[in-house]
Amino acid sequence: MSAVTVFGLCAAAAVGLGLYGLITNPQPLRKIIAFNLLGSGVFLLFGVVGRRGAAASIGNDPVPQALVITGVVVAFSATALAIALVLRLFQKAGSTTLSDDAPPGADPNLPGG
Amino acid sequence: MLAPSPTLDATTTTGGFLLVLSIVVPVAGILLAFVLGDRYVRLVAFAVIPIGSAIAVAILAALPQGNGPLVYLLGDWPPPLGIALRADGLSAAMLAAAAAVICAVAVFAAADFSPATTETRAPFVFWILLLAIWGALNTIFLGGDLFTLYVALELLTFAAVPLVSLEGRAETLRAAMRYLLFALLGSVLYLLGTALLYGLHGTLDIVLLSRRVSLEPAALVAAALMTTGLLAKTALFPLHLWLPPAHAGAPSAASAILSGLVVKGSFFIVVRLWFNVMPGLPGFAAAQLIAALGGAAIVFGSVVALRQERLKLLIAYSTLAQIGYLFLMFPLAFGASGRLESGDALAGGLLQAVSHATAKAAMFLAAGSIYATLGQDRIPGLGGAGRMVPISVLAFALSGLALMGLPPGGAYLAKELLLQAAAEQGQWWWAVLLQAGGIFTGAYVLLVLTYAMAPADRQTTLGRAAPRMGEMAALALALCSLLLGLMPWGAYLSIPHGDASDKFDLATISKALAPLLGGTVVAILLGRWEPPLGYPSRWTALLVAVGPVRRAALALSALVERGDKVLRWWPTACICLLSLAALFAASMRVAF
Repeated sequence: MSAVTVFGLCAAAAVGLGLYGLITNPQPLRKIIAFNLLGSGVFLLFGVVGRRGAAASIGNDPVPQALVITGVVVAFSATALAIALVLRLFQKAGSTTLSDDAPPGADPNLPGG
Repeated sequence: MLAPSPTLDATTTTGGFLLVLSIVVPVAGILLAFVLGDRYVRLVAFAVIPIGSAIAVAILAALPQGNGPLVYLLGDWPPPLGIALRADGLSAAMLAAAAAVICAVAVFAAADFSPATTETRAPFVFWILLLAIWGALNTIFLGGDLFTLYVALELLTFAAVPLVSLEGRAETLRAAMRYLLFALLGSVLYLLGTALLYGLHGTLDIVLLSRRVSLEPAALVAAALMTTGLLAKTALFPLHLWLPPAHAGAPSAASAILSGLVVKGSFFIVVRLWFNVMPGLPGFAAAQLIAALGGAAIVFGSVVALRQERLKLLIAYSTLAQIGYLFLMFPLAFGASGRLESGDALAGGLLQAVSHATAKAAMFLAAGSIYATLGQDRIPGLGGAGRMVPISVLAFALSGLALMGLPPGGAYLAKELLLQAAAEQGQWWWAVLLQAGGIFTGAYVLLVLTYAMAPADRQTTLGRAAPRMGEMAALALALCSLLLGLMPWGAYLSIPHGDASDKFDLATISKALAPLLGGTVVAILLGRWEPPLGYPSRWTALLVAVGPVRRAALALSALVERGDKVLRWWPTACICLLSLAALFAASMRVAF
C-alpha cells in the first residue's frame, strides 16, 4: 500500500468521523470540533490530490497547497465566529444547548422555533 | 452569450476592470469604515452604495456591446495558472438585482441604524455587514473559478450569520448558531467536491473544466457532493432547518437581505455548476429529483406559511416555497442532446430569482414598517394596519402580486417562459406545480391583506411611526419587481421573440385571475382565521358553509406542520443531507 493510499484512507476516516460527530453530538462546542475534524479530512485529501497529480516530475503540485492554506484560513475564521456565538449564547441564556434540538414533541413551548 | 465562450479567454476584455471594481469598492468601503470609526460608518456606506450601483449599471451597459462575456484576468495570468473573473448575462442580471435591493435596504435602514440611536454597536456592524454581503455576492456572480466561488460563499455566510443575531437575543443567537453550523456542513461538502474535481482534471476554472469533465464515477460523486452542499446553503426543502427562525428573528432590514439576496448566492452557484461546468453530467433523473424537491418545497412551505401566526414567520416560510420555485427550471432546460441548455428555461429561472429577490425584500421591509408601527406582527392583530401604514400595506400587496406572477411582473414573464418550456418538453407535471406555486402565494398574501384591511378591533397601542423614507423604499422595490417584465431582458438572457410580455388581451387577464381566485379558495380552506376578523358578515358564514372540507384540510395541514418540526430537528436534517448526496450520485449514475 503506497503512502498516497494510506493518506487517502486517513482523509476518508477523518471525514467520516467528523460527519458522525457533527450529526450526533448535541452540544455546539463538540459540533464545532467535529466540523474541524471534517475540514482536516478534506485538507488532507487536497494534499493527497497534490501528491498524486505530480508524482512523476516534481515532488508536489503547489496549487492544492495554496488551496489548503486558504481553506485553513476560512475554517479558522469559521471556528472563531462559531466560538464567539457560543460564548455570547452562554452569557445570554446560561446554557449553550441549541434547544430546538430537543426531539419534536418533547416540549412544544421551547423558544426559538 | 450564456454558454462559456468556446475559445479560451486569454486576455482581459475592454471594460474588464469594471468587474474588479465591483468587488473592490464594497471591500474598500468596509476598510474605510473601520478606519473612520462608528460615527462615519453610515456616511461611508452611503458614499459606497451609489458608486457600486453605478458600476453594476456600467457592467449592464458594457455587456451587450462586446461579443461574449466580460473577462478580467487577475495579474494578467491566463486561467490554468491564474484566476479569471467573468461576467455573462446571468451575472449582469444578478448584479443589477443585488444593487437594487442593497440600495432600497440602505434607504430603509438609514433611520433604524443611524449611529446616534443606540448605545450598542449594532448600527456599525449592520453597515459593515451590508457592504460585506454585497462584496461577497458580487464575487459569487463574477467568479470564474470553483475555489473563488467557495471563498466567496464562505464570506457570504460569515457576513450573513451575524446579521441574524444582530439583536443579540438568546433565540436569535441560537438561530444564528444553527445557520452557521449547517452552512459550514454544506460548504465542507462543496469543498470536498472541489478537491475531487481538482484531482481528476487539474483545474478549477469553469471554462476549462467544462471541456474536461466527463462521465466518470468520481466526477459524479463530486457533482453530487457539491450540489447537496449548495442546496443546504440555499435551504431547499428538506434542508431548511435554519431558515425560518433565522429569517424571522433578524431585524427587518437584515431579513430583507437574507431572504432576498443571500440564498440567491448559493442558488447561483448551483446554476453555474449545472449549466456551465457540467451541462452533460446531471442527466434527466437528477434534474427530476432536484425539481421534485423544489415542488415539495412549494407545497410544504406554503401550507406551513398559511398556519403561521406571526407575519415575519409567514414571509420566511413563503421564502422556503419560493426557493423551491427556483429549482423547477432544471428539468425543463434539457435539450435534445440530453444536456442542460441555456435556453428559455434558464432565462425563466433567473428572472424568477431576480423578481423574487426584489419582491421578497420589499415584503420584509413592508413587514418591518408594519411591525414598527403596530408594535407587534401577529397576523390576527394586524387590524387597522391599512389605515395606519397605508404605504407599507400597499407595498406588501404589490410585492405579493409580483410574487404571484401577475403581469407585468418579472415572475409573470418567468412563469410564461417556464410553462412554454414545459409544454415543449411535454413535462406537464411541472406546469401544474408552476401554477400551484402562484395559487399558494395568492392564498397567504390574501390572508395577510384581509387582516390588514380589517378595521382595528380595539385601540391599538402604537409603536413609533414608521419613517416615511423606509416605507417609500419598500414601495419602490415592490414596483420595481412588478415592472421587471417590461425590461429589455433580451440582451442578457436568451428570451425567444414574440413573448407575451407586451400584449394585454383577455387571455392575459384570465391568467392573472387564476392565482387570485385559486388563492382565495386555498386561503379559505387552509388559512388560520382565528380569532375571526373584525367584520362579522358573510365571511364567517362562508367559513361555516365550507366547514367539513375545511376541517379535513386543516387536519392535513396540521400533519404537514408536525412533519416540518421533525424535519427541522438537527439529526433528521443531517441525515436528509447525506441521503440526498447519495441520491444525487445514484440518479446521475442512472443517466448514463
